[in-house]
Amino acid sequence: MEFGFTTAAYVVAAVLFILALGGLSGQESAKRAVWYGIVGMGLAVFATIIGPGSGLWLVSVILIAMGGVIGVQLAQRVQMTQMPELVAAMHSLVGLAAVFVGYNAHIELARVLAMDPAARAMTEGFAALLAKKDTVEINILRVELFLGVFIGAVTFTGSVIAYGKLAGKVNTAAQKLPGGHMLNAGAALVSVLCLIWYFNTGGALPLFLMTLAALFIGYHLIMGIGGADMPVVVSMLNSYSGWAAAAIGFSLGNDLLIVVGALVGSSGAILSYIMCKAMNRSFVSVILGGFGGPQGAQAAVEGEQVAIEADGVASALNEADSVIIVPGYGMAVAQAQQAVSELTRKLRAAGKNVRFAIHPVAGRLPGHMNVLLAEAKVPYDIVMEMEEINDDFPDTDVVIVIGSNDIVNPAAQDDPNSPIAGMPVLEVWKAKQVFVSKRGQGTGYSGIENPLFFKDNTRMFYGDAKASLDALLPKID
Amino acid sequence: MKIGTPKEILDGEARVAMTPDSALQLQKLGYDCAIETGAGERAGFTDAAYEAAGVEIIKTPAALWKVSDVVAKVRPPTDVEAKRLTKGKLLISFFYPASNEDLMELCRSKSASVIAMDMVPRISRAQKMDALSSMANIAGYRAVIEAGSNFGRFFTGQVTAAGKVPPAKVLVVGAGVAGLAAIGTATSLGAMTYAFDVRPEVAEQVESMGAEFVYLDFEDAPSDGSESGGYAKPSSPEFREAQLAKFRELAPDMDIVITTALIPNREAPELWTEDMVKAMKPGSVIIDLAAERGGNCKLTVMDEKIVTDNGVTIVGYTDFPSRMATQSSTLYATNIRHMMTDLTPEKDGKVAHNMEDDVIRGATITHEGDVTWPPPPPKVAAIAAQPKREKAKELTPEEKRAAETATFQKQTKQQVTLLAVGAALLLGVGLVAPASFMQHFIVFVLAVFVGFQVIWGVAHSLHTPLMAITNAISSIIILGALMQIGSGSFLVILLAGLSVFMAGINIFGGFLVTRRMLAMFQKS
Repeated sequence: MEFGFTTAAYVVAAVLFILALGGLSGQESAKRAVWYGIVGMGLAVFATIIGPGSGLWLVSVILIAMGGVIGVQLAQRVQMTQMPELVAAMHSLVGLAAVFVGYNAHIELARVLAMDPAARAMTEGFAALLAKKDTVEINILRVELFLGVFIGAVTFTGSVIAYGKLAGKVNTAAQKLPGGHMLNAGAALVSVLCLIWYFNTGGALPLFLMTLAALFIGYHLIMGIGGADMPVVVSMLNSYSGWAAAAIGFSLGNDLLIVVGALVGSSGAILSYIMCKAMNRSFVSVILGGFGGPQGAQAAVEGEQVAIEADGVASALNEADSVIIVPGYGMAVAQAQQAVSELTRKLRAAGKNVRFAIHPVAGRLPGHMNVLLAEAKVPYDIVMEMEEINDDFPDTDVVIVIGSNDIVNPAAQDDPNSPIAGMPVLEVWKAKQVFVSKRGQGTGYSGIENPLFFKDNTRMFYGDAKASLDALLPKID
Repeated sequence: MKIGTPKEILDGEARVAMTPDSALQLQKLGYDCAIETGAGERAGFTDAAYEAAGVEIIKTPAALWKVSDVVAKVRPPTDVEAKRLTKGKLLISFFYPASNEDLMELCRSKSASVIAMDMVPRISRAQKMDALSSMANIAGYRAVIEAGSNFGRFFTGQVTAAGKVPPAKVLVVGAGVAGLAAIGTATSLGAMTYAFDVRPEVAEQVESMGAEFVYLDFEDAPSDGSESGGYAKPSSPEFREAQLAKFRELAPDMDIVITTALIPNREAPELWTEDMVKAMKPGSVIIDLAAERGGNCKLTVMDEKIVTDNGVTIVGYTDFPSRMATQSSTLYATNIRHMMTDLTPEKDGKVAHNMEDDVIRGATITHEGDVTWPPPPPKVAAIAAQPKREKAKELTPEEKRAAETATFQKQTKQQVTLLAVGAALLLGVGLVAPASFMQHFIVFVLAVFVGFQVIWGVAHSLHTPLMAITNAISSIIILGALMQIGSGSFLVILLAGLSVFMAGINIFGGFLVTRRMLAMFQKS
């Protein structure tokens, strides 16, 4: 096939990818957008397989098919509550792939450079591309593939750790090895030195050393970030995997890789930025793991938490006209979204105004709650964002907080010493009555005391969210 | 002391100021109760019922007035009645002192105290004796019932085997107590209810009753109902014009119009003009609750029901509360009883007329030989003044434009700086990098730019699908592996093959998961 066809296919694929991302501006158009993405990907792979510079297409197709089977299995089996883990795990694959491709580019480059001019003319495929490059271009190529490997390696270990933390296999608290940021800085310095070394010699050793350093950075960076910041971390890793692809695209001279890598990279970056803004935190401090244990003297919380049983909650709900439900990660953990949906259906059938208030960083993934509620068939037009609903709390009879903590913490507004001071929160305490469904009296994921639980109009509805709601449901008429 | 209630003299007045229930409560305060024979009959309370409640039945009005220390009645006293007052007696009734000055003077000359139930100040503490509100509530309810009985159709829309019935459209003008009661009644009967009021702050109350508030496209200093004790104020001519234009637009669609617009101590404003009546469909009904003060519609005839040439019924009754005498007597008697409770702090059956009390002072119009009307303004504001609106709202157009220009300039500056820095960087790269690199670099920068532009538009709720789809798309790295798999050594093929395999997992897994998620989003 001609080179022209491949390029044309790439252009079409790039446009389709842009449409796929842009289509996510609305629920309905998003369904179409996925198809754009699928078609774009199919087109890109097809054009590459039949295009110049590739070979062993049969092996490729078989490998894709094998991977596809596993991917399909994974996608069908995964619980919606495990989405964050799945996304993190898949990022690690992209990172590792980027590392491998970068190494390949290095091996090929070394091979081509070792050839004499006559042999170079005989080369085919990817090697032919390399053979045509002059010295300056080869130097740039080295920097590019070096960067690609570096980012890929950071993404790989970072995603693995993020997966472990989200899946509960690694301690979710912020942890650092002795030395803290100095270790990261040291590893980064080693990488820079390796870059200079590699730039001048083109040897495999600096590349390998750098890879080790990058793998360590990925591990240590994510270990140092607390569980509450995981939404930012996941989208940040998403961004990294994009930049890795873009860097590899440069070294391979493949425009589609560059375009898509840049799209993914910038989208992840913006997503991280949006989320940091929602938490009123600086991006840098999240990345460097400045958030962990309590800092400074927080205002002590006085009073006691008053518990309530399902009967009390049910009678309050039966009397209420307007109800707002604030779901959090606890709902996801307890798999309570179906019970929440059932509760919503019953309350709505009784003519009550039931709405959901979703904080931008509720859950462990941006938009996590929306997906869970959608899975449980809660209509999306009663699911509100924080800005849409925050003013309505004073007119609300009952607020049910299900497994969320920091996002309804009044200390963010009242206590300047609180680690989350200034973070926008859902002002649930302004409602007439608040019920908090919570496993126990602990401080939860982020370790911050929540004065909401001690307020006069708050009642604690202890227990696993799903069990509590199941106990509640038959009592609602 | 003895509280007595005479039979209402005014023809057509069916209410009574004391019910057997309220008499029991009054006796608990230490009072003896007396009632003229037959006073409660038209409200559905027999003499026997009063007797059972321990009320003394007195045969003639003269005797009743003579023995009673406190006389509670509904309507303002007639001259004959007023002449029966003597020094030290207390009269509690509606009085309308602004239009009954002669009568007030007569009561003063008798050295009697008079408490006018219509002068009870509108503060929270006095709500329990606010007879105007309780009567207005009934009037609003009854207005809808009256409209229904004169209207030939259902209120609610129905689809029946015998054909489809459209819902009635009801417009309520003036969302005071009567207006809100009318809105609630009409809505609960199933009508589509619209409501208008000159005070925009009542829009929320209107909507809470289930009606749609009719907004005017009119820029005016927002009138603050708190300044005038919760009542409407006269509005500017321009505002009036805008209002009438809106009504003109609504008139042909409305089946029932209930006007309740009253401004204290003034003639009712004309809001429903003759041409609007002409524009209405035959069979439509207008209920003018302001008929007593000349009516919101000039065609209204007080105390009568008329039908215009184009078949519109206009009801100008002024005795809506009296038409539901049992209900209104119960509420009014309760208002009186609360007033007596406040007048009897010791519960010893003795009136302690405390002129320091805001409520009692406000309602008392003659006391110990003096006319004490009009009262000084109450010490407690009726309604908390609304917090001052944000300053931004009061900006003049010039200031607004200036602010806009400033932000525009600031944004321009920011963008230009960014562009300049970006361009300088690009140029710097371009100086050293070869052309082949620059080609790719341009593509890269443009793609980043497109990415930024596109992602800002993504809905919040779709951030997880976004992440899943970008994850799937990032497996584009497969292209690199595919390009390498065909060339070079075994190691290269192995690594490339592994990459293809992993990317394959990612492609299928990512897209499928995204589709699964998006398929779950559904409208209610």
